[in-house]
Amino acid sequence: MTVPLSIDVRDVTVTYPNGNVALRDATLQLGPGTICALVGVNGSGKSTLFKTIMGFLRPGKGAVQINGRPVREAQRDNLVAYVPQGEEVDWTFPVSVWDVVMMGRYGYMNFLRIARAEDRRVAAESLARVGMEEFRDRQIGELSGGQRKRVFLARALAQRARVILLDEPFTGVDVQTEAAIIDLLRELRAAGNIMLVSTHNLGSVPEFCDHVALVNRTVLAYGPIDEVFTEENLSRAFGGVLRHFRFDESTIQKHDERAVTLLTDDERPLVFGKGGHLEYSRRQGREKIVEERAEKEDDR
Amino acid sequence: MIDALLTPLQYEYMVKAILVSGLIGGVCAFLSCFITLRGWSLMGDALSHAVVPGVAVAYIAGLPFAAGAFLTGLLAALGMGFVKAKTALREDAVIGVVFTSFFALGLVLISLYPSSVDLRTIVLGNILGISDADIWQIAIVSAVTLTVLGLKWRDLLLFCFDPNQARALGLNVRALHFTLLTLLAATAVAALQTVGACLVVAVLVTPGATAYLLTDRFGHMIAIATTMGTGTSLVGAYASYYFDGSTGGCIVTLQTAIFVLAFIFAPKHGLLAARARREAAV
Amino acid sequence: MIETLLEPFEFAFMRNAMLAGAIVGAVCAVLSCYLVLKGWSLMGDAISHAVLPGIVIAYALGAPLALGAFGSGLLCAVLTGYIKANSRVKEDTVMGVVFTGLFAFGLVIFTKIRTDLHLDHILFGNILGIDRSDLIETLLVGGVTLIVVLALRRDLLLFCFDAGHARSIGLRTGLLYYLLLSLLAATVVASLKAVGIILVVAMLVTPGCIGFLLADRFGPMLALASGSAVFSTLSGAYVSFFTDASPAGCIVLIQTLLFAIALVFAPKRGLLAGRFNRAQSTPPQPAG
Repeated sequence: MTVPLSIDVRDVTVTYPNGNVALRDATLQLGPGTICALVGVNGSGKSTLFKTIMGFLRPGKGAVQINGRPVREAQRDNLVAYVPQGEEVDWTFPVSVWDVVMMGRYGYMNFLRIARAEDRRVAAESLARVGMEEFRDRQIGELSGGQRKRVFLARALAQRARVILLDEPFTGVDVQTEAAIIDLLRELRAAGNIMLVSTHNLGSVPEFCDHVALVNRTVLAYGPIDEVFTEENLSRAFGGVLRHFRFDESTIQKHDERAVTLLTDDERPLVFGKGGHLEYSRRQGREKIVEERAEKEDDR
Repeated sequence: MIDALLTPLQYEYMVKAILVSGLIGGVCAFLSCFITLRGWSLMGDALSHAVVPGVAVAYIAGLPFAAGAFLTGLLAALGMGFVKAKTALREDAVIGVVFTSFFALGLVLISLYPSSVDLRTIVLGNILGISDADIWQIAIVSAVTLTVLGLKWRDLLLFCFDPNQARALGLNVRALHFTLLTLLAATAVAALQTVGACLVVAVLVTPGATAYLLTDRFGHMIAIATTMGTGTSLVGAYASYYFDGSTGGCIVTLQTAIFVLAFIFAPKHGLLAARARREAAV
Repeated sequence: MIETLLEPFEFAFMRNAMLAGAIVGAVCAVLSCYLVLKGWSLMGDAISHAVLPGIVIAYALGAPLALGAFGSGLLCAVLTGYIKANSRVKEDTVMGVVFTGLFAFGLVIFTKIRTDLHLDHILFGNILGIDRSDLIETLLVGGVTLIVVLALRRDLLLFCFDAGHARSIGLRTGLLYYLLLSLLAATVVASLKAVGIILVVAMLVTPGCIGFLLADRFGPMLALASGSAVFSTLSGAYVSFFTDASPAGCIVLIQTLLFAIALVFAPKRGLLAGRFNRAQSTPPQPAG
């Protein structure tokens, strides 16, 4: 943990084989101890940027470096881990939770991938860290959404990676797991790692990220949340796609004369009008509260 | 020179073969537009193999081959649907298991009654030796297919493009699914005679795929595919006079060659066009 | 009675057939587990048909047939990948176009080159006619393929399961992709003599499906797939000795029978298990 980490994406242009440009002149630099949100609409090039940082796509122009070295070399040192979206995984695959976590150790094993005591120890420890020890012999399809996500996080931990890319980590996940994932990310940040999180969920970005990168066919802006995650920048990133509400008063909290503005893309908010307040509608586990409030509203 | 080129046409069996091939090629090409858009290419392959036990039984029992083939084709399609619905297995694996089972059954039947059916006829086709009764069956199958496609092509197109929208409009999606499957089985049976079980999938896929590279309009796609399918089948059947009767091989080789040309040179979706765009972009 | 049942084993050709069948069954079954999980089941279909022109050309040039077959099988896979990556046509359609194109080309040149090759034997195999040199070739190709797959089984499994992760830990996924395709082509070559082009597809799909239905760990899946495949090839060859039915056909039908049994009775994924679970309680649904 002595080397200061960095991700350095410089002037990257990626074209699809059919000639369409997915990303043009994208630049993004991140230093150690960072949780950076990657924000943009579907088709904005978010996942292309992800894949380019992972080395799956080769940029037509520009370069990606991790710790000042090409991605390929960084990967050989197990520096980079990837936590896929739930939809990308074939959950019927005949592997157990333990098998998946062990896959995080392959980079440390010999040619035949035979596990040593050390590998088993690290895997067990990683599984414990996400609270999944008791599920180690379950087939992965038999887990809930939150548990599935934890298993893949445990794999990233077992890999001892220092740069972790998470693709939509909160979709299909319960509130406890969401909180647990955020805690874990904070711990990893404290240890000096870099986390890059692709997300739709604009509301949660300030909750757990310290940096943000806005993507729309290029990286429009990146930097600390307070500087970059502004109304103006978000409007630029989302264009007309974003839903935009303004409220002149709020009952959540007494606030100084300023208006409340709500920005959202496809996480559609439930907004209570006069004298009401704002609430996410799609957060699982909170539907009840929302419903109760709505009932009270009706009674009134 | 001209005389030499006309030699094949002096034989009645050649003229018959060329005309029948052209008919089947056109019908299959028409259908291939729907098949490629629906993503059913491998279904075509599967059904063409799955009809083999039906053909075998029909010949052994002296029944019309089309009826037997058609029946086992549909049986295989139903079997695939059943296994797919009941297990977590991937669709391609299910297709693979079912069609190879049917084919194996056909193989065993033929090996037990070697005198009534020639395996090579089924697997490689034998249009040069086609009987008049078989021509009648093919003509009927083609006429029915063309009629159904001609009347219902708009519904089928919508079904291939967006089944949910079709359902929302109140179309009977199950019926459309079944119609397309039935037409596929029927044309597979007809094509069996010209190109044989192994190559049926080519005439049911290649024309559609080629046309898809050349145009963005469905109407044009049908026109291009049908022209190409008919043309290659006529020429291929003619050329097979010089290739020892390998009609299927000639037709499909021609079709593949045209596909490759389209893949490279297509004005908008071709390899060269894409390369030019890519270079312009960077 | 017993004498009659043991009679097949008295013939050398029968012993050859059994030995070749066992190795072909095992190697195909092991490969099929990966293909079924990767969603490549029909890649086996494509590659097996595409070997035809290679065989014919190799014959014309006097080169080893296995080499030609391997080359053109691999060519089919590479072309499919290339055309798919560079056009808007769907992958299954591209596969259909490419393999039939190669097969058709193979047929055309077969008719132009006078050979003493038997097309029937290439198409349907001839397990009861395997001679000593065929046997050695089958054992060699099959054995090497089997060893490579088993040695790299964990990397290949990871590649099928999550290529992204494989790549992120520095595995050469491009290499694994071509390795798996090459192993597939080699398997097809090894199986040609025994089951032929058309039914090798069955050997490359059905055992993997049987294993998938019966097991929810990869190790047991491999074992069950290989076990069922070896049993089918041995009993298929045995049955055809008595009935005179096509041996490849018998082998595949026995495999289908095993598949049907697994489909109905598999402990977790079978039809009866599903019915039993539903009747007992609502199954444990993965919840949020």
